[in-house]
Amino acid sequence: MEMETRMKKRIRVEANTEPSESPFEALSEEILFLILDLLDSNPLDKKSFSLVSRSFFAVEARHRRSLTPLRPELLPFVLSRYNSISHLNLTLCPYLSDASLSSIASLLGPSLRSINLSGSRSYSHRGIESLANKCFNLEEIDVSNGVELTDEAAAAIGRMSKVERVRMGRCKKVTDLGIGCIAVCCPNLKLLCLKGCVGVTDLGVALIAVKCRKLRSLDVSFTMITKKCLPAIAQLPNLEDLCMTGCLGINDKALVTLKQGFKSLQALDMSNCQNISQASVSSILQKNPSLHHLNLSYCSPVNSMLSGLHGVFKLNSIKLDGCHVSTDGLKSLANSCISLKELSLSKCSGVTDEGISVIVAKHKDLVKLDATCCRYITDLSLAAITSSCASLVSLSMESCTKVTWEGFRLIGRHCPKLEELNLTDTDLDDEGLTSLSQCQNLTSLKIGICLKITDEGLIQIGRSCPHLQELDLYRSIGITDKGVSEIARGCSNLETICMSYCTSISDESLKCLSNCARLNTLEIRGCSLVSSVGISAIAARCCNLSKLDIKKCYEINDAAMLSFARFSHNLRQINLSYCSVTDVGVSALASISCLQVVTMLHLSGMSADGLAAALLMCGSLMKVKLHVSFKPFISPVLINRVESRGCMFQWLNKPFQVQLESSEVWKQQSHDIFVE
Amino acid sequence: MDQKQRSSFTYPPRNNSPQESFNPNYDYPQFNSQNRTESPYTPSQFFNSQAREWDPHALLSNLSFLEQKIHQMQNIVREMIRTNEGQNCNISELTAQRQLLTTDLTSTIIQLISTAGSFLPTIRTSLLSGNAPIPQLGSSIPSASSAPSPSAYQPNPSPDYEELTKGWGENVVESAGQIQIEDLDVKEGEDVGQDGDTLPIGSYEVLQLEKEEILAPHTHFCTICGKGFKRDANLRMHMRGHGDEYKSPAALAKPAREPGSQPIPVKRYSCPFVGCKRNKEHKNFQPLKTLLCVKNHYKRSHCEKSYTCSRCNTKKFSVLADLKTHEKHCGRDKWLCSCGTTFSRKDKLFGHVALFQGHTPALPSDEVKGKNEEINDKDDSGGVGYNDGDEYLDMKGGYFSPMVNFDSFSFEGLDEFSRTTFDPTENSFSFLRSGSPDFARKGPGN
Repeated sequence: MEMETRMKKRIRVEANTEPSESPFEALSEEILFLILDLLDSNPLDKKSFSLVSRSFFAVEARHRRSLTPLRPELLPFVLSRYNSISHLNLTLCPYLSDASLSSIASLLGPSLRSINLSGSRSYSHRGIESLANKCFNLEEIDVSNGVELTDEAAAAIGRMSKVERVRMGRCKKVTDLGIGCIAVCCPNLKLLCLKGCVGVTDLGVALIAVKCRKLRSLDVSFTMITKKCLPAIAQLPNLEDLCMTGCLGINDKALVTLKQGFKSLQALDMSNCQNISQASVSSILQKNPSLHHLNLSYCSPVNSMLSGLHGVFKLNSIKLDGCHVSTDGLKSLANSCISLKELSLSKCSGVTDEGISVIVAKHKDLVKLDATCCRYITDLSLAAITSSCASLVSLSMESCTKVTWEGFRLIGRHCPKLEELNLTDTDLDDEGLTSLSQCQNLTSLKIGICLKITDEGLIQIGRSCPHLQELDLYRSIGITDKGVSEIARGCSNLETICMSYCTSISDESLKCLSNCARLNTLEIRGCSLVSSVGISAIAARCCNLSKLDIKKCYEINDAAMLSFARFSHNLRQINLSYCSVTDVGVSALASISCLQVVTMLHLSGMSADGLAAALLMCGSLMKVKLHVSFKPFISPVLINRVESRGCMFQWLNKPFQVQLESSEVWKQQSHDIFVE
Repeated sequence: MDQKQRSSFTYPPRNNSPQESFNPNYDYPQFNSQNRTESPYTPSQFFNSQAREWDPHALLSNLSFLEQKIHQMQNIVREMIRTNEGQNCNISELTAQRQLLTTDLTSTIIQLISTAGSFLPTIRTSLLSGNAPIPQLGSSIPSASSAPSPSAYQPNPSPDYEELTKGWGENVVESAGQIQIEDLDVKEGEDVGQDGDTLPIGSYEVLQLEKEEILAPHTHFCTICGKGFKRDANLRMHMRGHGDEYKSPAALAKPAREPGSQPIPVKRYSCPFVGCKRNKEHKNFQPLKTLLCVKNHYKRSHCEKSYTCSRCNTKKFSVLADLKTHEKHCGRDKWLCSCGTTFSRKDKLFGHVALFQGHTPALPSDEVKGKNEEINDKDDSGGVGYNDGDEYLDMKGGYFSPMVNFDSFSFEGLDEFSRTTFDPTENSFSFLRSGSPDFARKGPGN
């Protein structure tokens, strides 16, 4: 990477000395813009582009519309270069002061259209006021997680008269007064998220509904609202998406007595509303015939949610996770819906083969089916699913332990469009895996805790599923280097792989995986054979690596950390507990400029001083998990300083445990749950 | 109708009960006249206490009162005639006057009858028994269970009373006046039934307490030792200490609940402050309903406002409860709209904002907020003290008010104990109580 940069610099220097000679100068700005439009997928491509020449650099700066900076302190320089930014995402800046917000406001001014401040909680209403004063074209603002923001901040948002989308989840100090200011002053509001704003009551929400008639999407999850504001919400003429997750004040009475339904509602999320039951469900569906998406997850674990449904509904997708769903309920659902595309029955009790068969026989267009932990379904269900739902794209059958190889064979034979498949904790074996390899469009395959699978099956997958992006082999202990290298060879688009506790994995696998240039997430927890050699190969070649878990890889030492420091400039999250890393490695790691989350427990070679130095050096940290025994050795001044940069400390007291739990025991436990 | 008659009749309900003699009001009329709070006197009631011990003086005063009343009515009628001639009368005023006249007439007639009634039984008793007229009606009652008493006016279902009424009717009243009165009474009774709150004038007793009585902390006084109590129940418990006769269940029961008793006459109260709308002399007199109303009205309207709010230092109150109510909301109920309107409740503000275009709920501005915070801080520090005080008061209520009861209840036990111990000295202190035989009996028993 650095070599490339240096080469381009040399080109630029040459271009400067002999400007007329450069072939790039002939390209007009329009053409360069068109080229840049096509480069959106990978951020590094744009970086290379801007290094071609001075004019390319300037064109790239003018072309860029959205920016996600990592460090707020560099913002003034960055923004003076990119002065036509309209979308600013500051989620990766844990510390944003009012001063930095006001400098952003004065640098970008009216060109700013959208800003996301949800990663920081250190700014106040003054920062928002400066944005409101200068960025009068602002259409979207996200101040979620601003737990210290008060009504004044909400009033400042209210002053942005053009604002259309406001997200203020978890702003716990904002009350009805602040919401009232937004309601009155922002008539163009289309989206409002008040998730977890516990200070907001019926009064505020009702006022929003009265004043913001253009509202399309409203999220009042985890607030204290009751039935009093529902009539006002129901009157909103354009409301399409309403989310009321975890509103315990909403009960059957509120919904059943609601005179008419929500006028234009398409998606309704009522998950975790534990006070609603079957009566509300039929009332909702009958009053809102245009409803497409309904989420009733974890509403009623005891009573059947769907019994007694009648009518014709346009539902496309319904989520019933964690509810009790009887066969009769599924029958009435199947009969009353015209065409279901998505059905989620995750952790539903009462789901049987008969229920599944009825549903799939009626709804052949089913695209997504989640039957996680429906432990009573067998091959019969799979026969019904595979025979009628040829267009199935996503299937989740985690912990469906009664399904056998026969069922998996049917999946492979009849579901060619399948892209996502989750068979974690099932009885999958090599034969099944081999037939699954016929699903050549697979992008995500989760086959963790399948103790029977070996390299033989995995090789088939590697050979025939070139689009695979995500592979989960957690605790599938039959897998060795041979299978993984076949995957690495065949699935070059692989982005995420989890091989935790696959104890036979060694450096060889990692060397092969380093060919997958898009790899960004690697989990090899408990793979004790892996050493710094393998992980350094990954570091050197997978420059997108951002998430890494090498806990209990005892062989990994400072050498690996040094190579991370040198190559992995995108590393965000790392867990290196139990590794043989010393102060040298930790301080090398700290030099990675965008490292955000670090877990360092039981590092035998790390001293308190080394830790302190690393903490001081790594300015982008957001969360550090450390063993509680270090706490007394680190000066409180230092901790305060790091915390003031937006970093959170989590002091854990986990015992030192070298022995790995055997995976067979693990599987046995999951069977025991089933027996109970 | 019952109430009507009783208000005119004014024989107190306890008159017929055997405990009558225990009622201090009647045994100690001179005490009562001092202590009107206990038994408020109207002229008509005044007649009664006089009438019981029938004497010509009382009759004379009654008659002269009636004369006055008739004069008053004459004046009113004259006034009506005058206004009628002037042709500038207004119908509602006229009807109001007519109504006033009717009620006045009614009450006069009733008073006339009552005066006659107090007179008649003595005649009757003398007629029936052939004995000499018994001067004291009270003493005649036990023997005269068959004798008609004024209470015979009460339509009581008991056959005895029916008999009595019959006898009364046969012997004495066949007059048109009686019938007329009853008709009127029925009418009035209906009126009362229709609107209990705005009783027609004259259909209730108007009591007026003196300023000192209103402001006195106690309203119930022991007729023997003069000790004051806030509640009649406490007085009754206290009375037990004065002798066995006060210990009977009947004496301890609530007076109104006595079986066979007549309902209490409708009482309304007048404010002693002349010129006040609540004063009975006022043209549009609006009576006060209860004693508590009188107290609160008098304090609020005619007394100095001595309680100042500690938060705002501006609001003043003369009733402590008003101050407490205010302090609950003081400084906090400023729900302000951008238009400057303030509201005491948040939902009212939001209703206002929802109704009008462009009105915004106003946040407390920084400066004000700072001040408020300061105030709040102060309040917090001071408030803690205040709350502590409150708690202390509550504690007092919790811990000390039983002591008050203890005073009237359990002290007796203690007294007994102490008395048994100091029995020899008991007699020397017996002058303290009239009911000392009680203790003399108890002492040895313990």
